[in-house]
Amino acid sequence: MISIRFEGIGKDFGAGPVLDDVGFSVEAGEIHALVGENGAGKSTLMKILGGYLVASSGRVLLNGAPSHFRDQREAEAEGVVLIHQELNLVDDLTVADNIFLGREQRRGPFLDERAMRQEAAALLDRVGLDVDPTTRVRELIVAQKQLLEIAKALGRQARLMIMDEPTASLTPSEVERLFELIRDLNGRGVTILYISHKLAEVVALAHRVTVLRDGKYVTTVAAEQTTREQLANLMVGREIAAMFPEKRLQDAGDVLWRVHDVSVAGWAENVSFDLRRGEILGFAGLVGAGRTELFEGILGLRRRIDGHFELDGHGLRLRHPADAVGAGIVYLSEDRKGKGLHTTLRLAPNLTLMALRRYADPLLRPDRERRALERAVRDYNIRASSLDAIAGTLSGGNQQKLALAKVLHTEPRILILDEPTRGVDVGAKQEIYTLIQQLASRGLGIIVVSSELIELIGIAHRLVVMRGGRVTGRLDGDALNEPEIIAYATGVKGSHAA
Amino acid sequence: MQPESTAHTSRPRRPRLRLGGLGPLIGLAAVVALATILNPSFLTLGNIFNVLTRTSFIGVIAVGGTFVIIAGGIDLSVGSMAALLAGSMILFMNALSPTFGSGWLTIALGVVFVVVLGGLFGLGHGLAITKGRIEPFIVTLGTLGIFRSVLTYLSEGGAITLKLDVSDVYSHVYYGSLLGVPIPIWVFLAMAALGGLLLNRTAYGRHVQAIGSNEQVARFAALRVDREKILTYVIQGVCVAVATILYVPRLGSASPSTGLLWELEAIAAVIIGGTALKGGFGTVSGTVVGAILLSTIGNVLNLTSIISVYLNAAVQGVVIILVAFLQRGRRTQ
Repeated sequence: MISIRFEGIGKDFGAGPVLDDVGFSVEAGEIHALVGENGAGKSTLMKILGGYLVASSGRVLLNGAPSHFRDQREAEAEGVVLIHQELNLVDDLTVADNIFLGREQRRGPFLDERAMRQEAAALLDRVGLDVDPTTRVRELIVAQKQLLEIAKALGRQARLMIMDEPTASLTPSEVERLFELIRDLNGRGVTILYISHKLAEVVALAHRVTVLRDGKYVTTVAAEQTTREQLANLMVGREIAAMFPEKRLQDAGDVLWRVHDVSVAGWAENVSFDLRRGEILGFAGLVGAGRTELFEGILGLRRRIDGHFELDGHGLRLRHPADAVGAGIVYLSEDRKGKGLHTTLRLAPNLTLMALRRYADPLLRPDRERRALERAVRDYNIRASSLDAIAGTLSGGNQQKLALAKVLHTEPRILILDEPTRGVDVGAKQEIYTLIQQLASRGLGIIVVSSELIELIGIAHRLVVMRGGRVTGRLDGDALNEPEIIAYATGVKGSHAA
Repeated sequence: MQPESTAHTSRPRRPRLRLGGLGPLIGLAAVVALATILNPSFLTLGNIFNVLTRTSFIGVIAVGGTFVIIAGGIDLSVGSMAALLAGSMILFMNALSPTFGSGWLTIALGVVFVVVLGGLFGLGHGLAITKGRIEPFIVTLGTLGIFRSVLTYLSEGGAITLKLDVSDVYSHVYYGSLLGVPIPIWVFLAMAALGGLLLNRTAYGRHVQAIGSNEQVARFAALRVDREKILTYVIQGVCVAVATILYVPRLGSASPSTGLLWELEAIAAVIIGGTALKGGFGTVSGTVVGAILLSTIGNVLNLTSIISVYLNAAVQGVVIILVAFLQRGRRTQ
């Protein structure tokens, strides 16, 4: 059995510390949960433990002895296995190939396929995954992939298994099966480090819970002696009520945007909704429910099969993202580095990119761009080392504020925000919530897609819940609570007829 | 959670000394200084004009290449395209001369013809790459073969020669001077200035950089990504046409060996000039220096006897690799 002790762990990628003097212990044979909001540093800490990253300061003790894993191979040799959130499987190889990836069994110079298939079958049996070892991973559903990752870890003689958000895309029954397996493994002496921000799960599964916030250690508590509410407050660092501005919705404004019967191949089917002036409409659902793809389809960023739109009661054609921007509809992606910001460019070109025409007469006017940047930095409280900084050097929260400033620079009427506070510290979160509320009270229609239920409940006037590409529920008023949302998101409640 | 990429790639480097802007210039200065020490006749006006005039073909092509490469593309066909454009232009002017005479009118029509044709070739590339969704490397590798082969067919393996009376008039474009400076140098500088203005001071140039820097982000920012990318290939085609307009009056003929390996020299000039091969960042002024540096090396080998002129390409190769070495890791994300 493995015990771990973190001592003064720090990590800095160059844009301020991601981890700062984190220290706590995980006892041998326990199920230890690590909770914290997006960006709290959970994944980074686990990558340090698993040998994927090297800490900038501090040390990790394994069974009392300092460990110095230079890569994940060395970590795995000691029985420390990290199962990534975005599962690390090769889709085009078979189940057995994946289990033995990097430690293939050989017979002379050739692969010993038969022996690997047999051992793979035994491992699959242990985790209760009923698939043939020669199945290609591409054909598995997410829950099966999750189990396969565990089988793979067992094949590596894992004595400490680190699981990063394993339930992000699982249904309740799949989660229950996973928990049984985790308890079973734990009973056989595997120490489990379980990362999540779903607090109900954590309280149900773990022996002890450690809370991280903004890269700092907050506390460790026994799961039996805590509640979801207490954990939530510890994660956020203040009373949750104080995080969110008061919801002010003057009597529902008139319908600003009517979206009718949108279908996106493989992701969304016949989704309809109305957005009113001044309203904040939330979209809830599990990972993979099709929310992001729905909006990408609506905006013309992804092929759409069907869909009609009305803006202010007039028909609206949306074929290219530029049509949407022209109509005053902007979308900020959940993937800030991949789709939201040019992290290699400076701040000003990022800010003005979508509204460059205003700065060209016909030659660009850098002086005017500069003034616009100065204004945006002030208005949105973007903290950068200098106005000439490269966008990628900003902290997550400041990058997000820059990205918001960029889409708002087009002076939109409808703002669609996908995971607007992902990877953002608590302070910036609060600023973003306040900004969203202010924009809504100015009459913008705002859509917030989020996986954080606390966030949706705290900010949205109404919620649309999606599951498997369909709208399963529309909630408002008292129905805006966690159990109700989860019930619709996981298919316990709600019809498929929207 | 932070995506996987934050772990290794987003570590912002402390921007090192901005060698990218000055590196090629320093290199050029070093080569010039060395050449002057070895052979004082290097730094004569006559020789400098000679070098710059010879640079003008590759230089003009490389200005267009800067746009293509910054937008994240590549055009391997430019040498073959120059050959085919030259042959077509000569045939066109030869056909017109009986009707329109052998003077400037025919030449002007030839110029218009070749610019349109070059633009169309670029348009074809752009459409195949964006709408056809074929890798630029593949598309232009294909046309590299096609263009040269069509020229070889048209010339029946030999040379296509401009009628002597037209050639007599047209040759002024290459051999003539304006205010004491050869015309090709004027054209080269004008194209470079135009390119620099377009890249740095217009919305289009900014869009090109944004697309090359991260095409997804550009798409999500509602830029007309396909259109802007197609335009870079059209610009490249027009630049090749302009280079052809300077080239044809030099010899008055085109043959299967016209423009051979120009694509490599043009790409090398762009890269030496500090443009990232994977796109996103680059300057036209860097490209100009890169092109001049490459042809200066050849000139120096000609003027001195330390290294055989036969090793010209080898020395150029060393310089390219050296520059790439100095720029490695810069602006990596």
